[in-house]
Amino acid sequence: MIQAALNIVGWVGLVGGGAFVIVGALGLVRLPDVYSRMHAAGITDTMGAWLMLVGMMAQSPDWLTAVKLFLIIVLIFFTSPTSTYALANAAYGGGVKPVGRDEEGASSNS
Amino acid sequence: MMFAAGTAAIVVAMLLALVRAFLGPSLYDRVLAVNSFGTKTVLMIAVLGFLAGRPDFLDIALLYALINFIGIIAVLKFFRYGDLGRAGPKAAEEEIK
Amino acid sequence: MGHVISMGAALFATWLLLSGHFTGLLIGFGVASCLVVLVIARRMDVIDREAQPVHMTPRTCGYWVWLVKEIVLANIDVAKRIITPGLPIEPHLIRVKATQRDELGKVIYANSITLTPGTVTVDIDGEEFLVHALSQEAADDLATGEMDRRVTALEGEG
Repeated sequence: MIQAALNIVGWVGLVGGGAFVIVGALGLVRLPDVYSRMHAAGITDTMGAWLMLVGMMAQSPDWLTAVKLFLIIVLIFFTSPTSTYALANAAYGGGVKPVGRDEEGASSNS
Repeated sequence: MMFAAGTAAIVVAMLLALVRAFLGPSLYDRVLAVNSFGTKTVLMIAVLGFLAGRPDFLDIALLYALINFIGIIAVLKFFRYGDLGRAGPKAAEEEIK
Repeated sequence: MGHVISMGAALFATWLLLSGHFTGLLIGFGVASCLVVLVIARRMDVIDREAQPVHMTPRTCGYWVWLVKEIVLANIDVAKRIITPGLPIEPHLIRVKATQRDELGKVIYANSITLTPGTVTVDIDGEEFLVHALSQEAADDLATGEMDRRVTALEGEG
């Protein structure tokens, strides 16, 4: 019973996570500029990685393996936004202009 | 079987990330693609460990996650300031003053 | 002193979970290496309330549950936008006010914004964040200020 449930979690996690990883990579290719591509990379870093690692946690042979997988989740949880911010800030400081509406039009709305 | 499906998904995603890394056009696009590729590599190492029945691979995956983060920060810092020895934006401003 | 103890506990827990060996000699090595790290960190003067935010630890669990829920919803929204053939995105920059008192709170808020797909913090300018939003909905979601309120509540009184 528990084994069947764990198998379902494994399947859902690995296939669902794989789908999110592919969608994130597809966005990396499709989206128009570097800032919007960061959102796509964010999908891979959050939902894709979480689902796959949780699916593997459900399939791990002992609890130590599961704990290590959880540590990878925690590590990605903290490092991914930091490096994305560093990249966005570097691109902004480097003078890359985002496509779309400009900042003034947006700030008058809010 | 489920691990094979996960591996296939990651391989496809890695190819797409490589496409972006080759197309560019700016440096930041390439760094972003490499960063994303690194995250996928971490997942890939973990899944391959399970596929081969050797979950000890996870230690390597953990290390790779750390190295990926430090590497991206180092590359960005190098391109921004031209050397890795500076303490940060504040130190750079003080030097200009 | 409390910060030193919490950092030592965190280091030793990490060591135990990563090594997986529970014999006397190896645990002795673990304790020794943790002590060496603690001494070095003490000398570098990095053990303070910013490195070990024990004052907000009890409240973080509730915040993380809320944040994970938000991230899942935002993920589904952005994934739908990417696979829709017409690419219905509307990228633009907005300015968001941050009401946190110290830098740690601001970092938590900025990283939470970045972690949620659809919004990326681009620049921090004192009390204001420059945020790149992928769609009008994501920007409106952020402009309600709920995340800001929750992070400020996380900081508490101390």
